[in-house]
This record gives sequence, C-alpha cells and structure tokens, in this order.
Amino acid sequence: MTNLPDGNGDDPLMLPDIPDRNPDPPHIVLIGINHKTAPVEMREKLAFCPDETANAVAILRNSPDIDEVMIISTCNRVEVLFIAKEPSRAVLKVFSYLEETRGISPDILKTMAYVYHGDAAVRHIFRVSASLDSMMIGEPQILGQVKEAFKASVNAKSTGVVINRLMHKAFSTAKRVRSETGIGGHAVSISYAAVELAKKIFDSLDGKTVLLVGAGEMAELAVEHLTRNTAAGNLLVANRTFASAVALAERFHGQAIRLEEIPEKLKIADIIISSTGSLDFVITVSQVQPIMRQRKNRPLFFIDIAVPRDIDPAINKIANAYVYDIDDLQGVIHENIETRQAESVKAERIVDESVIKFMEWLENLDVVPTIIGLRKKLTAIAEMEVAKTLHALDHLSADDRQAIVKMTDAMVKKFLHDPTLFLKNPGSHRNKSVYLNFARKLFNLDNGND
Amino acid sequence: MASLHFIIILFYLFSSAGYAIFLFAQKEIFHQISYRLLMAGFVAHTAWVGYEAVRLGTIPAHNLHHTLCFAAWCLAGVYLLVKYRFRLNMLGLFAAPLALVIMIAAFFIPEATAQPSQIFKSLWLVVHIVIIFIAEASMALACGTGILYLIQEHAVKTKSNRFFLKRLPSLEFLDRTGYVFIAAGFTLLTIGLITGFIYAQLVWGRFWSWNNKEIWSVITWLIYAALLHERLVAGWRGRRAAIMSIIGFAALLFTFLGVNLLMEGHHDEFTRW
Repeated sequence: MTNLPDGNGDDPLMLPDIPDRNPDPPHIVLIGINHKTAPVEMREKLAFCPDETANAVAILRNSPDIDEVMIISTCNRVEVLFIAKEPSRAVLKVFSYLEETRGISPDILKTMAYVYHGDAAVRHIFRVSASLDSMMIGEPQILGQVKEAFKASVNAKSTGVVINRLMHKAFSTAKRVRSETGIGGHAVSISYAAVELAKKIFDSLDGKTVLLVGAGEMAELAVEHLTRNTAAGNLLVANRTFASAVALAERFHGQAIRLEEIPEKLKIADIIISSTGSLDFVITVSQVQPIMRQRKNRPLFFIDIAVPRDIDPAINKIANAYVYDIDDLQGVIHENIETRQAESVKAERIVDESVIKFMEWLENLDVVPTIIGLRKKLTAIAEMEVAKTLHALDHLSADDRQAIVKMTDAMVKKFLHDPTLFLKNPGSHRNKSVYLNFARKLFNLDNGND
Repeated sequence: MASLHFIIILFYLFSSAGYAIFLFAQKEIFHQISYRLLMAGFVAHTAWVGYEAVRLGTIPAHNLHHTLCFAAWCLAGVYLLVKYRFRLNMLGLFAAPLALVIMIAAFFIPEATAQPSQIFKSLWLVVHIVIIFIAEASMALACGTGILYLIQEHAVKTKSNRFFLKRLPSLEFLDRTGYVFIAAGFTLLTIGLITGFIYAQLVWGRFWSWNNKEIWSVITWLIYAALLHERLVAGWRGRRAAIMSIIGFAALLFTFLGVNLLMEGHHDEFTRW
C-alpha cells in the first residue's frame, strides 16, 4: 500500500508517505475457547450471561488499545472479538480482564484458548456463524446466538464500522452456506437429535408432558425445541435450587417442582430431560419400574445430557422406557456426518470467498488506499471529461490543450486537499475507520462491492 | 384363468420389488409406484374373484387354491383400504410380498375339479367366509405392524440400527395401529365365528361339535381376547402387545391351514387339493 502509482510527486499532500499513514490499520483479533479446546467446566466458568456481556464489552471498549469489541458466549464457546490498535497489548488486556472477572489465570487460559489475527480471525467468525465450527456441524441455533451476541454488543455501543461490517458479512455468508449447501439439512444439534428421536417414540409430541431436571443451558435448548414442536404440552421443571426452577418454569409457562417430587411426577411425564451436576443417578431403576405399571406402559423417554450421567442407563432395559445419554445422541448425529463432509467442502469454499472479499475491503479501509482511490476516481473523471471536451475543440493549439489538462489536474489536487488532510488526521480521539468508511461510501469507492 | 393369475402375480411381484426399493431409496415416487401396482394387482384380482364367483355360483373358497387366492385378495384389499386412511407406507413392505407369496403358492396348487356341493350355497356361509377372511387379513396386518414395532423398538433401544430408525414410523403410532387392526380384526373374528356357529346349526343341527377347527378357532379367539383385555386393563402395550399379535397370528394361521392339513375336521373340503 505504500508505493503509489504514477503520481507526480510535487505536492506532499498528494503523496502520503509512510510515517503519515494510519500507523495501525484495523487489526482484527479473536480470542476464544470452544468445545474442542476446553472442557465444559472451563467453558462454564468463562461463559457470559447477557447482562455480563453488556458490562464486559463496555469495560473492554474503554481500554485505549481496543476500538471495537463483541463477545459471543454459548454453551459450546466463548469468543471475544475485537479491533485492536495495538494487538499484543489488547490481547493482554483481554486476558487480564478474564483473570480479574473469572479468576482464571492467563497461563491456564492460554493452554486452551486460541488467538486469531486478521484473516484467520475473520475466517473463524465466518465459520462459527455458518455453524462449521459447531459441535454438530450445521446445527442451526448458532447463527441466532451469534446474532443475539452482536445485537447485545451493538446495544452496548461497543461495535463500530469494522465489526458491524464483519458481522453482516458473517450473517450473509452463513445464509449462503445454509442455502447453497446441504449442511443444515438434517437433524443436527443435540436438541434436534433429541426431538427427532422423540418423534420416533411418540407419534406426536402434542400434549406430551416434559419434565426438566436441572436447569442447564443444553436442557434449555432442548426444551425450547421440544416446546416448539409440542402444542399445549406441559412442562415441569425440577431443580436443586427451587428459585431457578421457578424462573425457568415461568419462562416456558411451566410448573416448578421440587426434586423430591420427581418419582411422583414420572407418572405423568412422557419426556424427561436431565442435566444436573449431580454425581449420583438422579433417577434410578427402582423408581421407574413400579411407575410403568401405573402409566399403563405408556412410553417414557429419558434424555440424559448430564456428565456424569443423571439417569441410570439400566432404565433402558425396562420395557417401554428409553434412555439416551449425550453420547447416544451424538451417535444419532454422526450418521449424517459423511454426507455433510462433502457439503462442508463447499461451505468452506463459500467462507473462503467471503474472507477474501472482506479482507479486500478491510485493506482498503486505510488512509492510503482510500486517498489513492479517491484520486484515481477524480482523475479518471477529469481525464474523461477533458478528452471529450478537447475532441470537440479541434482548433486549439498543443499549448492550449496542455494548459487545459494542467488546469484539471490542479483542480483535482485542490479538491482532494482538504479531504486528504482530514482523512489522515480526523482528530486524535476519533475512530478513523468511521470516516474512511464514510468517505469510501460517499464516493462509492468499493464499487457497490457490498 | 392361469393367465390372469399370472398377471396378478406379476403385479404383486413388481409392487413388492417397488416397496423393497422404497425401503432403501426412501423416495416417495417408489412408494407411489408400488402402491399403484398393488392397486392394479388388486383390480385384476377382483376380476378373478368376480369371474370365479359367477362361474361357481358362490364364493370362490371351496378348495385350497381358491381359499389362498381369496385370502390374498382380502389382504391386498384391506391393506389398500387402510393405506388410503392412514400413513402406513412401510406396511406395504409386509402386505405386498405376503400377498405375492400366497398367490405363488396358490399358483402351484392345482384347482380341484369337483363342483362345490349344495351346502356351500348359503348366505350364512358367504357372510362367514368373507368376514373371517377380512378378519384374518386384519390380523395379518396386525402381525406385520407388530414385526415393524419390534424392529423399530430394537432400533430405538440398542441405538445401533439407524437404517430402520429413520424409515419406520414412531413406536406409539405402530403400537396404536396394531391395536386398531386387532380391535377391528377381533370384532370381525367374533362375528365370523358366530355366523359360523349359526351356519353349523343350519347344516349339522348343532352349534358346537368339538371339532378340531372349532376348538382351534376358539383358542385363537381367546388369545386375541386376552391381548385386548390385558391392553385395556393392565396396559399391555408396546413390545408385549407386538409379540402377542405375532403369536396370535401364528395361532390364526394354524387354525386356518394347519388344522385342515394336519388334523381331521369339517373344514377339510375348503383346503382339499
């Protein structure tokens, strides 16, 4: 970006040399952990609830090294995406913030976290949004979660030109991946798998009673899916801390019960989703066996997403009772992986395309390329108009023609004088990206490459 | 009528093959084709039944050849009727080959030349035969549904066989459909037995003669009665109901064929060959 094409170097303003240019073009950094790099306890420890996210992005945004920031936190990942003025300092800042608030020392965190810069960070965020980085590739929930995270950060006013554009590109890329590949076609996420399985046991999920034991995130997701598939079904929520059971039950219009009531409620429940942190089985064979007779053998479907398991696997041996734990559910999902592998090649290609386009835009979102672009555009217009005019004025001498060309060159330079000065230094506390982006839009320098 | 018989076999054969392809390919088009082929076979089969009925002046069920053909006709008819009402596509995989096998067996059994005796020409007998055969077809489909249930239950329990898990309907649906088949079949079986007793009274002057056929009929009836009773009272669902419907059908088959072929009894002439 430093060598300028064919400029006449007589005006210093027209030739932005190295010290004058934006010392740090927007540097995209992503720090994250996911289900592949960190165990669930660590992910839980790091996870941000929505309120915390708003708070965290506000604090990080105030750091002088960070221009824009956004946090994505789901049960499988925590990702901190930021635009840094000074990447290495900003990374340290994020690590120290996590140490302060989560009590995880950077040394431990660094063994599990990945740090991506530039196009690697862009690719990662595109892949996450397109569900290519999910535990179950292609699961559809992640895009919604990323959108929520983005919205939260926008509301906290912590994002700017670069992240806004990056995320919009991420969403459109995800959409393309969804519509142009078969990646999202089948039963994918754990909760989808659970619902699909439930449909193989129950003819219809309408009016079925769901008993939620423990109020984990995965359980919530599964319930969300189940309730989407059940009309007028009942929901019972049991939890060790009764208050959170009440809160969750309220959210899904269910009823909170105490853990001790579970055996009694097994009589009316049809689908039991368990995700407690208990070390022992929460539901045992001896509890289920007598219940089956009272249920007149109506099927009972246990979904055990807890590790260690909550539901005695021996219950699966009881007639008309079916137990699926998280491994079984993943087995259900694995079936689709082969076909999805071929589709993911296509998906990765779409992501690569988007990354290249975005990086092109990002590299142009700099003072030098913007000024060059501006000058090229104005020069081109001037040259075209001069050529047209001179073509009609045959009687002019060569000197006259030279004078007219010189005049237009000078006009272009004068036009560009103030914008160039401003773009080089829009003010010490201002975010250059905003003005660069605006200038590029104003003069349509990205050629509708949106 | 051998050529018409052959055409029916071909239709059922192609329908069965179509259902087999449907099982693997899971494309709706194969099911549609198989269903239409079965329907075409049934139309041809109906023509055969009509022709024989006119020729004999009574229902064509007086020898083993006829009996088997008639049973297959009832089976195809009941399946088509049920399919029209419920989404039970995979049961065609059971019904079509079963009808095919019965028709092939009948093809190789020579038609007895003897004309039906006068006692066959009674309205009670016609009602008895038609109802019993429809009941048997219903029980055959209950058995098929029971088999599908056991396959699907195995797939869900062992978590290993995704092939059937994907293709078969839900356990609850199979269980309930099996129950509907058995409830309908049991009702018809009861009516069929009653008409049989009335007919026996008319022909032999007594309702009950401790004949092997009568005894086995009642045993079969009791098995199904027990199944229904336990389901309603004790909640015999799922696996146990499925197994019972298979056992019941085995007893039914024995009553239908085994008793006539292996034991002496007054239904012998129906299966003579």
